[in-house]
Amino acid sequence: MSLEQGLTRPRFRLPATLRNPMAVVGASIILLWILVAAVISHIWPVDPLAQNFDRLLPPGAAHWFGTDQLGRDVLSRTLAGSQTSLPLSLLLVVCAMILGGSLGAIAGYFGKAIDETIMRIADLVFAFPTIILAMVIAAALGPSLTNAVIAMLIVSWPSYARVMRSLVIGARGSEYVIAGRLMGSGAFTSLWRDILPNVLAPLLVLATLDVGTAILLLSGLSFLGLGAVPPTPDWGAMVSDGVQQFSSWWIAVFPGLAILSVVLAFNFLGDAWRDSLDPRTADAVQGRAI
Amino acid sequence: MTNETPAGDGAEEILAVNDITVTYRRPGRSLLTAVDGVSLSLRRSEVLGLVGESGCGKSTTARAVCGLEPLTSGSVLFNGEPVSPLSMKRRPKHLLGIQMVFQNPYASLNPRRRIGSQIEDGLGLNRQRDAWNVNELLEKVGLHPSDRDKYPHQFSGGQRQRIAIARAIGTGPDLLIGDEPIASLDASLQQRVAALMRDLAIQAGSGLLFISHDLAIVRTIADRVAVMNRGIIEEEGPVDTVWRHPTSAYARRLLAAIPVADGLGKLPGLPTRRQN
Repeated sequence: MSLEQGLTRPRFRLPATLRNPMAVVGASIILLWILVAAVISHIWPVDPLAQNFDRLLPPGAAHWFGTDQLGRDVLSRTLAGSQTSLPLSLLLVVCAMILGGSLGAIAGYFGKAIDETIMRIADLVFAFPTIILAMVIAAALGPSLTNAVIAMLIVSWPSYARVMRSLVIGARGSEYVIAGRLMGSGAFTSLWRDILPNVLAPLLVLATLDVGTAILLLSGLSFLGLGAVPPTPDWGAMVSDGVQQFSSWWIAVFPGLAILSVVLAFNFLGDAWRDSLDPRTADAVQGRAI
Repeated sequence: MTNETPAGDGAEEILAVNDITVTYRRPGRSLLTAVDGVSLSLRRSEVLGLVGESGCGKSTTARAVCGLEPLTSGSVLFNGEPVSPLSMKRRPKHLLGIQMVFQNPYASLNPRRRIGSQIEDGLGLNRQRDAWNVNELLEKVGLHPSDRDKYPHQFSGGQRQRIAIARAIGTGPDLLIGDEPIASLDASLQQRVAALMRDLAIQAGSGLLFISHDLAIVRTIADRVAVMNRGIIEEEGPVDTVWRHPTSAYARRLLAAIPVADGLGKLPGLPTRRQN
């Protein structure tokens, strides 16, 4: 160990991903929502399920975000909705990315019969409208949030598989991959060490964009009675309620803004993550000249 | 490390390429024979230059020797054992002694891994475990040991090519193949990188198959040279013989095309420019 290393006191350093203003904004919003989801039911005084006679009240002093058609407080329902919408959509996106990414990588790397088999199954899923197929699967499994997530997983992995497959095919012939193979790495070492780190960035960005779609898809199933069962507060279900009460804009707008904030936050974080994962742009993330 | 041994007749033959043909099927068109009946042989601590113009099949020959191109006919023997084509399976152990330095230094290193760990991968294959270490190898190729924690994009093209050479040499190969390793470097670097490859290969006791279109540089590092044109070997022999007394018409043309710095502003094959 050199002298300098011995003398420098170890101090806290922000991870490279977060040394970017947009990433800080994104991470703060997500942290805030996670905090809200974790503690809201313990500290918030207004019950999101309590109904009163002030139906369709516009935002005001008593109800900051107004009340819905059953007289429930929109603010507390929006806050409580984070408990279903956030964890389930994140779980879905992560599972779909892992499942679709692995299948796509295997299809792209090994090619031939394996590729054909996996991608034809993916085409089969693509051939149906997403929400219809998810409906059918959720209905067959029985209405519950778990089954809704499984149904959504089945309909959403193919887009990841498609993207991953084309990325792997592009990287497979690179000279550094061949050099690795010449040095005796097997198929899975080659995929894991040489190919995946170089193709993961687009997949992560796709995943962060997909969080919003996942929230809306989940809400679609909830709206049809196949996901969150009423009266459980859920952002998507609240938006669809609001659409039926067009003159009372506040019912749909506030949960909609909640969805927007989460989607934006994930996009900010995804962009910063991609930049810091790539050593060629990592310096820019850390605030140095390239 | 083995000591320097001159490429004498006693040295064992490590590579025997016997009459290989590589044919490509072009969709909707005729077959293309890229390599047509090529035979080569290489001994330990010997440098064989393979020269020819672009598209003459020299890179295909190199890839076939590595097992990266399927052979249409003929055979490649490495240390007496046939070279099998690289499939999805792990490369057989006896073939790990063939290593390659690629043409494009910008694509031959994994951009997401530190160069130290990439060189370590190569060292892991070396049968003599303590023959080299990463720092020594980096110094050998003219880089600083502290460079091991850097990523490939932090180096210039010439430095990356030297890192690729360090990685290949670190494996302790019996046969090192340079597939136009100097083609994408600038003129001042070409000679140095080529000489470096020769020195390291000879030091490690490996054979070097050096592919280039530049006969002037190949002459300075090779023991023997093979001139290739349209998929066939036109001429092969000790480098001085081919350089001074080429027998084939193609080799003579190739030699005549080397620019001579005579200070007269003359380009080969063109009439002398009239001075005003």
